[in-house]
Amino acid sequence: MIEIDNVSKLFGAGDSAFRALDRVSVNIRENEFFTLLGPSGCGKTTLLRMIAGFEGPTSGQILLDGQDLSDKPPYRRPVNTVFQSYALFPHMSVAENVGFGLNMLGRSKSEVAATVTEMLKLVRMTDLADRKTSEISGGQQQRVALARALAPRPKVLLLDEPLSALDFKLRKEMQLELKRLQSDTGITFVFVTHDQEEALTMSDRIAVMSAGRIRQIGGPREIYDQPADRFVADFIGDTNFLPAEMIARTGDSAQLRLAQGVEVTARAGQIDKTSGTVTLAIRPEHARLVAPDAGQLTGVLDEIVYFGTDTHYHILLDGFGTRFVLRLQNTPDEMRMMQQGDRVGVALAASAGQVLKD
Amino acid sequence: MSPIRTRAALLAPAMVILLFAAAGPLVIVLIYSFLTPGDYGGVIWDFSTDAWFGVLAERDFFTEELSWADAHLMVFWRSIKLSLMTAFLSLIIGFPTAYFIATRPRGSRDVWMLLIMIPFWTNLLIRTFAIMELIRNEGTINTVLIAMGLVTQPVQMLYTEFSLLVGMTYVYLPLMILPIYASMERIDFSLVEAGYDLYATRWQVLRRVIFPLVKPGVVAGSILVFVPCLGAYVTPRVLGGGKQLMLGNLIELQFGQLRNWPLGAALSLTLLVIVMVALIFYVRAAGNEESAHG
Repeated sequence: MIEIDNVSKLFGAGDSAFRALDRVSVNIRENEFFTLLGPSGCGKTTLLRMIAGFEGPTSGQILLDGQDLSDKPPYRRPVNTVFQSYALFPHMSVAENVGFGLNMLGRSKSEVAATVTEMLKLVRMTDLADRKTSEISGGQQQRVALARALAPRPKVLLLDEPLSALDFKLRKEMQLELKRLQSDTGITFVFVTHDQEEALTMSDRIAVMSAGRIRQIGGPREIYDQPADRFVADFIGDTNFLPAEMIARTGDSAQLRLAQGVEVTARAGQIDKTSGTVTLAIRPEHARLVAPDAGQLTGVLDEIVYFGTDTHYHILLDGFGTRFVLRLQNTPDEMRMMQQGDRVGVALAASAGQVLKD
Repeated sequence: MSPIRTRAALLAPAMVILLFAAAGPLVIVLIYSFLTPGDYGGVIWDFSTDAWFGVLAERDFFTEELSWADAHLMVFWRSIKLSLMTAFLSLIIGFPTAYFIATRPRGSRDVWMLLIMIPFWTNLLIRTFAIMELIRNEGTINTVLIAMGLVTQPVQMLYTEFSLLVGMTYVYLPLMILPIYASMERIDFSLVEAGYDLYATRWQVLRRVIFPLVKPGVVAGSILVFVPCLGAYVTPRVLGGGKQLMLGNLIELQFGQLRNWPLGAALSLTLLVIVMVALIFYVRAAGNEESAHG
């Protein structure tokens, strides 16, 4: 549906030019909740603004349904945006804001009125239709911004970190709400965020970006379980990185030797090496805390951090010089009588790890 | 000191100035307008309504026949017309200028504003004579036009209403740019992007998004230009050359050559009334449109 073909964007000129996007290619499919995820300054917002038409690519092109968008100004693109600051028109009422796009498209008064009513109902804002936008709360402004962008029935809805200004509870609510709106309307959503949890919860597919490049594209599970490289593994969730020696490889399965002489099996992932030094990535929840002689690895308990739903155990592994973080869910009937300084063992789940490019 | 006393103390200097420099003279002017003119200026303390009568009407010296004071009406009309035109012309020129400056990078905006303000800080007479030098028959513009062969005779620009319009627009333009710029600068630019995003063309964004948001600035600027134009004195004096009188010059004439202080006082108060009526009318009109927008 949206084809982003080898797009680069430079700000400034000459040697001091900043490369915001570097040969980015991605296809966004029809009726998909697609997320651009990355730290600030990674180029995700620039890419979004290019789809909207606020910026032009320095090279490469963007196609919508096979049509080149290059020479189309924002007001000729069937694409609408929910801005980070919402950008609601302060001199108009809620209903006037929602109807603005349709009015600009020259729709009839009755059609505008009907669609505005329908949209306000969709985002549950019917009661506040006549309010000024300054008289409603942040969460309500968010809903109005959504209704305003959805009212003209765009082919694509762009969302630029729309939830970042909301408090935790409201954000959780809106995440589900957005997901519902997307499946109800069948419109393709392109969502920009730096919050990995948000991306994992809502997206059909995620593109992880860093320094103007796309590092990995895939479903939430794929991104989380099989990160393509160290950046993705580090950015999405928590990860333990252990230096390892590859001793054998058969297909997707790699045999590794770790510092303590322990041998483990892990997924080879996208790495094409068959031997040499590699990095093994292990998620904190893919290991168990056991008695010192019952696991593959041993170490000393350095810190215990309580998180409510679970507890994080920081372990100084023998012979590694690195910390290993292990996450265990708290259960009501269990009291773990561990203390700082205790010697412990770590049992890795079978083929839990992923080998990364180094 | 109690809060009330503190507030009174803070207010006192302004109140003293207003009392002695505004309210006091105004009362004197009001009293003078009901007295009889002295032969060599000044007033004789005899009550008379002749001055107020004389604002709009005149009595034939021999036949005692009444007629409209055409000369005065002409000056009223010219003052109002030229002030409105000046305000409008300043808006046409000032709005794009303010938009240009407000959309520059933050650092260079101050430089642009400084360039706008420098002429404003220059003495009014000097600026007016500079305009005169440009548009007089032997001035720069006519010299160039003749040298280029576009005209054979110099174009008469000085001492016309045109010269007053040009001069006053030039003089008061900063007063239009400043408030428009101030409200334009506060606009969140993502609102403009939202407008484009929602299918509004450039013109529609200007009309439906930008203009409503800077309207307070436009109203303020229009008032700031219109009001001093109504009472302008120096510019019409220099560029009108005594042929194109405006209200300010007419008033000066009564206190000077014509030695009719009561009429001058009555004309001054008439000017004040015109300004007040115009302001009330304008603010009402602007306010109504505001509430019609919801």
